Amino acid sequence: MEIKSMHFKANASAKLADVVLQRNLKSSKGKFVAKRAEAIKDLDDFEGTRDAAAAIRNKVIDNLDLWLERFERKALDTGAKVLWAKDGAEVCRLVVEIARKHGVTKVTKSKSMLSEEAGLNHALEAAGIQPVETDLGEYILQVDNNEPPSHIIAPAVHKSLDDVADLFHKVHGTPRKTDIPALTREAREVLRGHFLSAGMGLSGGNFLVAETGSVALVTNEGNGRMVTTIPKVHVVITGIEKVIPTLEDLSTLMRLLPRSATGQSISNYFSILTGVKKPEEHDGPEHLYFVLVDSGRADVVGGDFHEMLRCIRCGACMNHCPVYQTIGGHAYGWVYPGPMGSVLTPLYAGIENAIDLPHAATLCNQCGVVCPVKIPLPDLLRKLREKQTERGLRPLTERIGLRLWAWVAQQPRLYALGASVGARYLKWLAGDTDRIRLLPTAPEWSLGRDFPAPQGKTFRELYAARQTRTKEST
Amino acid sequence: MSSRDDILGRVRAGLQRNASNATIARDEMLAALTNCSQGPKPGIDAEPKALLERFRLKSELQSSTVDIVAHESDAPAAVARYLAAMNLPKSAVAQPALAALDWAGAGLTVEARGARDADLVGITGCFCAVAETGTLMMCSSPDTPAAVSLLPETHVAIVRASRILPYMEDAWALARKELGTLPRAVNFISGPSRTGDIEQTIVLGAHGPYRVHLVIVAD
Repeated sequence: MEIKSMHFKANASAKLADVVLQRNLKSSKGKFVAKRAEAIKDLDDFEGTRDAAAAIRNKVIDNLDLWLERFERKALDTGAKVLWAKDGAEVCRLVVEIARKHGVTKVTKSKSMLSEEAGLNHALEAAGIQPVETDLGEYILQVDNNEPPSHIIAPAVHKSLDDVADLFHKVHGTPRKTDIPALTREAREVLRGHFLSAGMGLSGGNFLVAETGSVALVTNEGNGRMVTTIPKVHVVITGIEKVIPTLEDLSTLMRLLPRSATGQSISNYFSILTGVKKPEEHDGPEHLYFVLVDSGRADVVGGDFHEMLRCIRCGACMNHCPVYQTIGGHAYGWVYPGPMGSVLTPLYAGIENAIDLPHAATLCNQCGVVCPVKIPLPDLLRKLREKQTERGLRPLTERIGLRLWAWVAQQPRLYALGASVGARYLKWLAGDTDRIRLLPTAPEWSLGRDFPAPQGKTFRELYAARQTRTKEST
Repeated sequence: MSSRDDILGRVRAGLQRNASNATIARDEMLAALTNCSQGPKPGIDAEPKALLERFRLKSELQSSTVDIVAHESDAPAAVARYLAAMNLPKSAVAQPALAALDWAGAGLTVEARGARDADLVGITGCFCAVAETGTLMMCSSPDTPAAVSLLPETHVAIVRASRILPYMEDAWALARKELGTLPRAVNFISGPSRTGDIEQTIVLGAHGPYRVHLVIVAD
């Protein structure tokens, strides 16, 4: 997917001014938050489960080479084929090759964020192979001129019922429906035909189980089951970091993933797929391929952002992020929005291509508090800011400003003078009120909010007065 | 260099892999794979009656409906009752594993085979069930094809009460004991298929069944 994160500021401003989007964001705001809060109540030891989940993920990523080799060996034993892709281009090349080898002209897809990273649909179309998105949200976006997803769990969360009603009326040529069950039924009927006629099913992978060489898929709609049960070829596209050790570990992680994502105690379907159809079986694919994708992950291993590889893609961080709630997912400009996206986008798509994202956070730590695998997202965002400074990527005015401030801060007298003049200036700006409507030195900052005026004496004046009192009393 | 070698090479470099830390890590990996240690689990009363009650309650919370019969031979009549009450067709596809039950005796036309798109009702058993979440564990095999619980609009599952286990971890232990290796597809099913992709409003019957009915056999 083409990265547009370098235009974050302009995009975010446009999203704030987008009346329809703001109305849709407002109506969906807080729904996932409330459901998650309710769902975690039935875990007696939620914190202990989070610790256990983080430990499971650490166990693998801390020795990722060995776990990958182990998973590969087990998967090969089951009759699957294991392929490796360095980047999105290689993902596209491999998947097109597999499709051609099996004479496939149509591919049904269950949601795969990695295929979004790779821009796979575009590559399939270019090769004359029809990709059909089957997750309802992804389908809505595909038929709306391939609009990118704005959320990793609810890709079309930015769209209203009216938007979908108009879209289906236009695309399906059916009478306009405004009833959500009727719209869902319409999509079901269109997609059922595709499920039955596609030669190849394509899915992501929530987890890869090293013990058994299986892929685990978490879905609600049943499309994940369709694309892995009906076509004769199944291709799993997944990141190299998705391995977990055992089936027991899968159970622990499943207590957290659906709860953190949608507030469900378990997803409707949870499928653990191992190997290919046996000759006497009625259904299942005859060919199973794993495409294990790097696309920037290998270089994160063992470095400053290693902990990010624990991520299980639940979306809780974006659901709880005040910035995401205000601007929606598209403003982030790539596949992953919200706090996890603000860390992953610079890491996978280039730190210089996403300068604003690590700053698109208030560092309030809502994301860190809700993360089921305890990724310290605010710390990682701060580290990315440090990297930008180290690499001289910040704007010149900011760099000069910070240097100047550093110099002044080392001259106590000058600093005191500056603080006292500054405080008087701010008080003068506030006039008789306790707030400043427009800051002439930072007009952008005060565009949407007031700056509180300094009250009473400065810290230094108070400190000096206290020193005098202490001296007098001794 | 192959992509595999390139990727694994960079992972090893990031981890500062060498012969001695590889030996330690490999031992830890084997230990993890042998021990299969479990994480914290919510407390569940494992007494059989309590398990059945919890399973029923949780299943209903997942929008399944539940009936309880005394013996397996009562199951076909219970299925017929449900289909009649719901105004659903009296013909169904059943997994071959259930072929021996007297479906005709209950007034139903049941074909024991894999599922087709036109099938409106699918009848299955299950490998076991999980009380923690109200979940069926389905294991695919020639006698238990996966699509029977997927393609039809109505899924009826027969569940033996003695196969209701507290946790998913217990289901894995049972699968290792009885099956040895995992079947091609293990499907955990918790209620009818659903979506919340339009305005986060939950709608039942996305791509799979609109309704799931459980007939629990108490014996």
